Amino acid sequence: MGQIVRYIQSYLHSDLTPGAAGNMFWALVYIMLVFVGLSVAVIAMNWLERKILAHMQVRLGPMRVGPHGLLQPIADAIKLLLKEDIMPAEADGLIFWVAPFVVVLAAFTVFVVVPFGPTHAITDMNIGILFMLGVSSLSVLGIVMAGWASNSHYPLIGALRSSAQMVSYEVAMGLAVVSAILMTSLNAEGTGTLSMIGIVQAQQAQHEWFIFKFFPLGLVAFFIFAVAMVAETNRAPFDLAEAESELTAGFHTEYSGFRWSLFFLAEYSAMIAVSSIAVTLWLGGWLRPFPNLLSNSTWDRVFSLFPGVTFLFFAAICFYNAARMPKHPLFRIQTVGLAGFGIVLGLIGVILFIPVVSIRVQDIFWFAAKVAGFMYMYIWYRGTFPRYRFDQLMQMGWKVLLPMGLGVLVLTASVALLQEKLWHP
Amino acid sequence: MLIGAILVITRKNPVHSALALIVTLLAQASIYLMLYAPFVAGVQIILYAGGIMVLFLFVIMLVSIDRSVKERQLNSQWIVGMIAATALGGLFIAVFMKGKNIFPEHALPVIENDNTQKVATMLYGQYMFAFEIASLLLLVAIIGAVVMAKKRI
Repeated sequence: MGQIVRYIQSYLHSDLTPGAAGNMFWALVYIMLVFVGLSVAVIAMNWLERKILAHMQVRLGPMRVGPHGLLQPIADAIKLLLKEDIMPAEADGLIFWVAPFVVVLAAFTVFVVVPFGPTHAITDMNIGILFMLGVSSLSVLGIVMAGWASNSHYPLIGALRSSAQMVSYEVAMGLAVVSAILMTSLNAEGTGTLSMIGIVQAQQAQHEWFIFKFFPLGLVAFFIFAVAMVAETNRAPFDLAEAESELTAGFHTEYSGFRWSLFFLAEYSAMIAVSSIAVTLWLGGWLRPFPNLLSNSTWDRVFSLFPGVTFLFFAAICFYNAARMPKHPLFRIQTVGLAGFGIVLGLIGVILFIPVVSIRVQDIFWFAAKVAGFMYMYIWYRGTFPRYRFDQLMQMGWKVLLPMGLGVLVLTASVALLQEKLWHP
Repeated sequence: MLIGAILVITRKNPVHSALALIVTLLAQASIYLMLYAPFVAGVQIILYAGGIMVLFLFVIMLVSIDRSVKERQLNSQWIVGMIAATALGGLFIAVFMKGKNIFPEHALPVIENDNTQKVATMLYGQYMFAFEIASLLLLVAIIGAVVMAKKRI
């Protein structure tokens, strides 16, 4: 028993990712943690999306299933598992069966290189960002397969439109990513890096998040990526291919039950994945706000209180709403449930104040908080913008974002060269 | 990779062939990884498996496949094909046996950390002309496609 504890402690003091240390067991533990965290995040996104959209539309959203609809995602999951599994008559059996797997595979494999902290990645490849872009482009294949294998008109047209849109916006995404990678090479040795952890460390070394670098070039590149990533994941306002009023759910029309939930899972995971790319490349990854400007130890202490304070804040909201519940006997179980959930959140908040835990969790918390901000923006876009027509969508991808991306790339390179020449002649 | 390649030529349904080709290209990317060239592997996945094959699948889906599904897979000239393939294989084996000293003795030293930098230095330095010519070729192809698909004004 003591040996196991010593083994765990020896690992917690290492400063390598499991991939770099070549340690299979810890790599598997990290993979399970990322998988569980991702599933919880997708479930939470389901609930959050319905509640936030509802509040933006001046209504309440799901309120009945659990207290304030908190058990709604679980009810949805049970419903989807119990639905009948239909396969269309003339459908191509093997491809119909494989398509959801390919999309889920592509969406989940991306998380192997996502950096939650300086050593908190499953592995840190030298070509991290290239790997992420490449594997997320494999999900297009899954969509094409799904649309074709359903052997009916709406899925086929939906799949073709979806994949054409995704391929076009991948080009704009790639250009924005290249101009951010360019900024990593502005260090003493003059070589950049493609590894995700290296990109955040470059931002730390250059004392500037890349979104603010060479103002406004970093901002424009970030903006191009932000628009392209919404189009890449087929989300509003670019969701013509899967909107209910247009194409009756597009490429996943003929899928029911568990297969449909796999597509759903893959869509939200892809959203979280491209948000992670944006956070790593432009927003400084796991760095807390003002890592270099306000860097003395009192500011460190203040910022290290944020994780615990956040969870205590959520717990306070739960208690407040539990107190506001109607005092009818039928609502007693909901009040008790909400209060219990508040107590759990409060306990997590208190645990996060312990210094030992707080040090390990800092980086993960800031990374997750930034990605959560992006998720909120996704829901905000869905509630605010009208849908693009397909030809307007393609026109914007090729005629607006691509020239902007090229321009930003050329300007970033020239400004970087000028900076090198002026400061190191 | 071999299984993927054999499936490409033996499947009747062209969509199945295209999917087997994707498997083959992914296996090719892993061969690049084993040769300590991670950058080339990544670019292979992005471009070939994620870009070119998607467009292949577009075209296959838009063309009716009923006719090709009913065709025989091995036509009447398979004897000549076998002879040609055996001759090519024999040539490869002869080159490998006789020219053993042009191949390196064992794997190159593990310097995969700067595969990207080395490729970039060579591509934009020594082989710049070939790079520009290749991009010009792609431009000509795009212009040709646009001209062929345009409506007459």
